[in-house]
Amino acid sequence: MVVADKYEMVCGLEVHVELQTKTKIFCGCTTEFGGEQNTHVCPVCLGMPGALPVLNREVVNYAIKAGLALDCEIAEFSKFDRKNYFYPDLSKNYQTSQFDLPICIKGGLEIEVEGDKKWIGITRAHMEEDAGKLVHSGETITTSNESSVDYNRAGVPLLEIVSEPDMRSIPEVLAYLEKLVQILEYTEVSDCRLEQGSVRFDVNVSLRPIGATTLGTRTETKNLNSFSSVRRCMEYEVARQARVLEAGEKVVQETRTWDEGQGITLSLRSKEEAHDYRYFPEPDLVPLVIDREWVEKIRKTLPELPAARRARLQTLGLSAYDAGVITQAKDMADFFDAALSCGGDAKTLANWVMGDFTRLLNTNQCSVADSPISAKQLAELLTLIDKGTLSGKIAKSVLEQMYSTSKDPSRIVKEKGLAQISDEGALLGIIDGVIAANPQSVEDYRAGKDRAIGFLVGQIMKATKGQANPGLVNQLLKEKLSS
Amino acid sequence: MTISREDVEYVAALARLELTEQETQEYTEQLNSILGYAAMLERLDTSDVQPTAHAVPLHNVLREDQVKSSINHEKALRNAPDGEEGFFRVPKISLT
Repeated sequence: MVVADKYEMVCGLEVHVELQTKTKIFCGCTTEFGGEQNTHVCPVCLGMPGALPVLNREVVNYAIKAGLALDCEIAEFSKFDRKNYFYPDLSKNYQTSQFDLPICIKGGLEIEVEGDKKWIGITRAHMEEDAGKLVHSGETITTSNESSVDYNRAGVPLLEIVSEPDMRSIPEVLAYLEKLVQILEYTEVSDCRLEQGSVRFDVNVSLRPIGATTLGTRTETKNLNSFSSVRRCMEYEVARQARVLEAGEKVVQETRTWDEGQGITLSLRSKEEAHDYRYFPEPDLVPLVIDREWVEKIRKTLPELPAARRARLQTLGLSAYDAGVITQAKDMADFFDAALSCGGDAKTLANWVMGDFTRLLNTNQCSVADSPISAKQLAELLTLIDKGTLSGKIAKSVLEQMYSTSKDPSRIVKEKGLAQISDEGALLGIIDGVIAANPQSVEDYRAGKDRAIGFLVGQIMKATKGQANPGLVNQLLKEKLSS
Repeated sequence: MTISREDVEYVAALARLELTEQETQEYTEQLNSILGYAAMLERLDTSDVQPTAHAVPLHNVLREDQVKSSINHEKALRNAPDGEEGFFRVPKISLT
């Protein structure tokens, strides 16, 4: 992205993902969201003297799984370190994290922006504990005389995924984030509920003159929790840095915070001194050795990832766009595959899934997982169309009834007498009636006005409440009119 | 290596310690003496020695992901200097 005709934006991201284990990373307290303040706590996550942390095996399993999905190497040897800082969101004055030997290294993922593919490197991903929540008595930290602390979230396992500074525009950043969250959702290591803070973003951004090879001074804006906040924050920060540089001043390397209400970033603290975290190895935890066998065992649990799934759907005849829409969320892709396994044409199924089915869910604000229509039922509906039992138009109304009743389509068709009339004898009688009642249209058609047949078909459909087989009606009507 | 006055002032600031002139002087000398002693280790050839990550020769001490009961508000806050409605309460947070 070119800013003010002379600067290029450089961005790298740190993404914190809460892993969906049942218990915290170093103790048996539940990770359940919510709960009355300070009720999901114990001596370990409160940092009481003498309490000893023990690593949760599932956290390691999830970290390996996420690492493999992000094309990372899994370190054979890794360890935990203490990151020291003074802030009451953790009770120990340090955060247990991984410093020089993280569990995942050297990965990446491919993004696509306006048709251009680009590889975004992932430097590392490491395990750490989440911090507690602060409630300030005033509007902001600095205007508050005191703060209240809830440590329920302290110790919830996080995977911090650090990208290379490979992104050069806001669309690239958003594409990376969407792709990353999608992959994490597929691996089911996290519920990825952004609105609950399950995924949080730190944005590192700097500007440099176009053509420069060294990086400019960056700022880090912490704790963004939605894609739209990331976009707005970057727009603001890029413009702010450009103004600073244009004024002949220097960008200060610092941590900033995003003020959602005002739509601006604010300086939080200077990075030079405050960010000397004096990491040292965590003496209360022993190192982690992960052998090939462990990694391969986890690799076997990996689902088909979005890119592979998109490719497979395209080989079934779906367009790249359709395959992208269906694989966007794993729930939807699973629904599609489940319906497809009942037989039928992939393209037709895709049209129904993306069209009427999605529309019904959206109208009712229902998720795929909670859909009252099962994949098997949708497949059955399409079979009924394919066999000529239902016209496409009636099928749409049957789908709506399936949604409101959860009944099988065949049952709805039977109960409501909606089966398409494909019986020639029955149709011929109706066609004769319509021809007799509309002599003008018949004459027009015979005079060469092809459009007149449309009116007659319409009348027949009306007479049969839309249940006549349209193909058969057309055929029989033409035969009648030309005889 | 030598520890300068500036090093001591820097470390003290990170630890939120306010030192008197005399203390700064004293700690500078003491730290130089301690680190000077430890510098003996630098005479050893450690080119073939793996860095020590932990003093105990163990690895992979793990627990299963099973929920254990937590403690209640009262217990959690028993030793807290200040608290209210189940929250810990902390004084004004300075960000410098």
